[in-house]
Amino acid sequence: MSPEPLSAETPLLSIRNLAVAFHQGGRTSTAVDGVSFDIRRGEVVALVGESGSGKSVTANSILKLLPYPAASYPAGEILFKGKDLLRALDADLRKVRGNDITMIFQEPMTSLNPLHPIERQIGEILELHQGLKGEAARKRVLELLHQVGIREPEKRLAAYPHELSGGQRQRVMIAMALANRPELLIADEPTTALDVTVQAQILALLKGLKDEHGMSMLFITHDLGIVRKIADRVCVMTKGKIVETGPTAEVFANPQHAYTKHLLASEPRGRPPTSDPSRPTVIEGKDVKVWFPIRAGFLRRTVDHVKAVDGIDLTLRAGQTLGIVGESGSGKTTLGLALTRLIGSKGRIAFLGQDIAGFGHGEMRPLRRRMQVVFQDPYGSLSPRMPITDIIGEGLGVHEPGLSAGERDKRVAAALEEVGLEPATRWRYPHEFSGGQRQRIAIARAMVLKPAFVMLDEPTSALDMSVQAQVVDLLRDLQAKHDLAYLFISHDLKVVRALANDIIVMRFGKVVEHGPTERIVTAPAEDYTRALMAAAFNIEAVPTGQIQQ
Amino acid sequence: MATTTALSPADASPVRRGLRSPVNQRRWQNFRANRRGYWSLWIFLVLFGLSLCAEFIANDRPLVASYKGEMLFPVVIDYPEEKFGGFLAQTDYRSDFIRDEINANGWMIWPPIRYSYGTVNSNIPHSAPTAPFWLMSKEERCSGYAGGAEDPNCVLGNLNWLGTDDQARDVMARMIYGFRISVLFGLALTIASAIVGVSAGAVQGYFGGWTDLLMQRFIEIWSSMPVLYILLIIAAILPPGFFVLLGIMLLFSWVGFVGVVRAEFLRARNFEYVNAARALGVGNATIMWRHLLPNAMVATLTFLPFILSGSITTLTSLDFLGFGMPPGSPSLGEMIAQGKSNLQAPWLGLTAFVVMSVMLSLLIFVGEATRDAFDPRKTFR
Repeated sequence: MSPEPLSAETPLLSIRNLAVAFHQGGRTSTAVDGVSFDIRRGEVVALVGESGSGKSVTANSILKLLPYPAASYPAGEILFKGKDLLRALDADLRKVRGNDITMIFQEPMTSLNPLHPIERQIGEILELHQGLKGEAARKRVLELLHQVGIREPEKRLAAYPHELSGGQRQRVMIAMALANRPELLIADEPTTALDVTVQAQILALLKGLKDEHGMSMLFITHDLGIVRKIADRVCVMTKGKIVETGPTAEVFANPQHAYTKHLLASEPRGRPPTSDPSRPTVIEGKDVKVWFPIRAGFLRRTVDHVKAVDGIDLTLRAGQTLGIVGESGSGKTTLGLALTRLIGSKGRIAFLGQDIAGFGHGEMRPLRRRMQVVFQDPYGSLSPRMPITDIIGEGLGVHEPGLSAGERDKRVAAALEEVGLEPATRWRYPHEFSGGQRQRIAIARAMVLKPAFVMLDEPTSALDMSVQAQVVDLLRDLQAKHDLAYLFISHDLKVVRALANDIIVMRFGKVVEHGPTERIVTAPAEDYTRALMAAAFNIEAVPTGQIQQ
Repeated sequence: MATTTALSPADASPVRRGLRSPVNQRRWQNFRANRRGYWSLWIFLVLFGLSLCAEFIANDRPLVASYKGEMLFPVVIDYPEEKFGGFLAQTDYRSDFIRDEINANGWMIWPPIRYSYGTVNSNIPHSAPTAPFWLMSKEERCSGYAGGAEDPNCVLGNLNWLGTDDQARDVMARMIYGFRISVLFGLALTIASAIVGVSAGAVQGYFGGWTDLLMQRFIEIWSSMPVLYILLIIAAILPPGFFVLLGIMLLFSWVGFVGVVRAEFLRARNFEYVNAARALGVGNATIMWRHLLPNAMVATLTFLPFILSGSITTLTSLDFLGFGMPPGSPSLGEMIAQGKSNLQAPWLGLTAFVVMSVMLSLLIFVGEATRDAFDPRKTFR
């Protein structure tokens, strides 16, 4: 099954006028509406759009992986080498799945079976489609693991998914997808769950493999930076339709459709406030440490510590933003939780001049009002059983119990208006809002108490690009209006650059580099910072060893 | 995949909370979609409602009586017998003397069945247990009365619709009262153990650590005790009764809820909206009540009908063994025991069997429908 010579005329996969409908509770909604595009041999096509645009539904339809009969195809055909997959028998479809067309998914943890070691996961596919067993299968598995850049693959054969890092898991997923030398690889947001540095490595790997094997790729993503880096052609999708398609360079240079222009213009913009050392300090940490004990032996004695945060000094002033950046596992969220006293820590933490390091639950309660948190996941951070007015008003009930129902309602409405939502929507439940609107609600919940300090824990990373930009603008406006101090935790350096005037780069719980944002971004002093910046802004992989795999 | 909900300029309609919240409305729709469970619930509610009015359906006192121009309500008020010229502290309206006295000076309206659960029928045609009246000829069924088939008292209300047990008590009346006490006992036990079990599970799951560890070990020891034997021993020491039995069984039945509630709290205490509430400074009790309990209630409510039927079965089996309710109380278990020792009187065993199986089946059907209604993944087509 060596790749056939490329011929530009006959597309490998051709989707014609595809429509996908979902039936639920007697209602029918159309998720994909008349989508057509081709993928030629050796070509990388990117399907770009925001969540809910129908891009994943389109991709899953190719291998018929949607929940049937809830999903159905009122119209269209998917031709793979001239054969219509939509009308193929299940048995024929199974021969195509995992063999001619393979898929890699967004979440590498849940896509691998946690109970099977790596060798078995990959070996299963080899056995199924090629009948390889025993020594021959092992040889091929090693070859594949080597190809996807897993170091010392012999030692990794018996490893279980939980023993691998996120990047390694995604590499194993890719190895599984490559096992049968597919002609088409569908990658559904393969790097969204990964750190920027790992993302750059995976993209470089996919590009290399594509060139090596001459396979085609359908790349689904919402990240335009990735599209620019990897795709030959791009299809822009919104509301179930493809609104623009063309060669990547052309679309980026000269977008035609309004939606494409909107997408391209939606990178976080603007500049943070300038550092001003004369402003009063809001929160100050001296030698902050969070060590989790590792206990072992019969008596559970502490033998060692996981040093999640290991001696961090920081100062945050009113009206300023301190960005904390680093890869996952660097301890940045733990640092934020320690500063807000949501977990225990050692070292001095001064909030508005008061040392709060030893404060318990009761002592902290009056201070909570001036110290608020906005969490990452706008879906998880709002109770699904409470209407918005109760969610936002909950803090008022704790900190201003004297407020009458009418006054409280007025405050809630004002807070919603401040974050750009219609106050009348306060009677609704969270599930009626989109991700960006939910994050606005979470921000309103923090703002209604008029805090001095807000810890923002990756507030934009679960959102679509254009929504991210809006939320960043909103945060900046609120900061200017209320003289807020932000602790902005993120792995997304583009967002940090737009919001933070100072940056702390963290790794293994320690500060790698600390300084004004522009200096750190443009002229990093440390190798690690340099690698991080290259990966974030140019999606460039750096030599392994420099960063975690 | 999340779909973006476009918000129209919203109506300012006040929010629907509590039972009328959208989530609960959807659950009610799902519940109704399960026809079997829905109808089972109605049938059960009607039967239970009727049995709550048992005093007005099966009683040995008239509902209303007129005596010498005075309106009497014997079903709710105890009148001493001297009022009618007798000498007992409580009037026996079924005795020939009182009956004739009242009928001579007024009238009486009887409930459809003129027996309470403890009333002994002194006019049975032959030695107890006697068969349902419709299995006998008119002469035979009235042969216990002085006037034979022509006796004015040999009427439908005085006949034993489902026969009598071995102490000449009306089976129909005992069945109605027995059904009521079974369901009431089951409900009381279920609610009490839900309250104890949910609180214990909530505390364990929310605080975790040593609290969880110690309570979990305690529960393991506690639940490994041979419950039935302990019940038998305690029942032999304490005077048996409704509340004593309830208390004893509560000691062990709350454990069943702890597992699900604890697991639910353990899972949900790290939800971001719980962390968010903590960051707002909301107290532990409020977080548990407002944010975590609704999660755990799904598991608990799904469990309830099954616990209810389990409690009823336990009470019945204790009664069957003779360690349950005090002698003379109406009880389905005792009726089964009678059926076992009087195989020549199949109406005893059959009645108890039919009532038990109908009651338990209805509860299980309701339970199934509840479980489906609370399942967020369940779709009805």
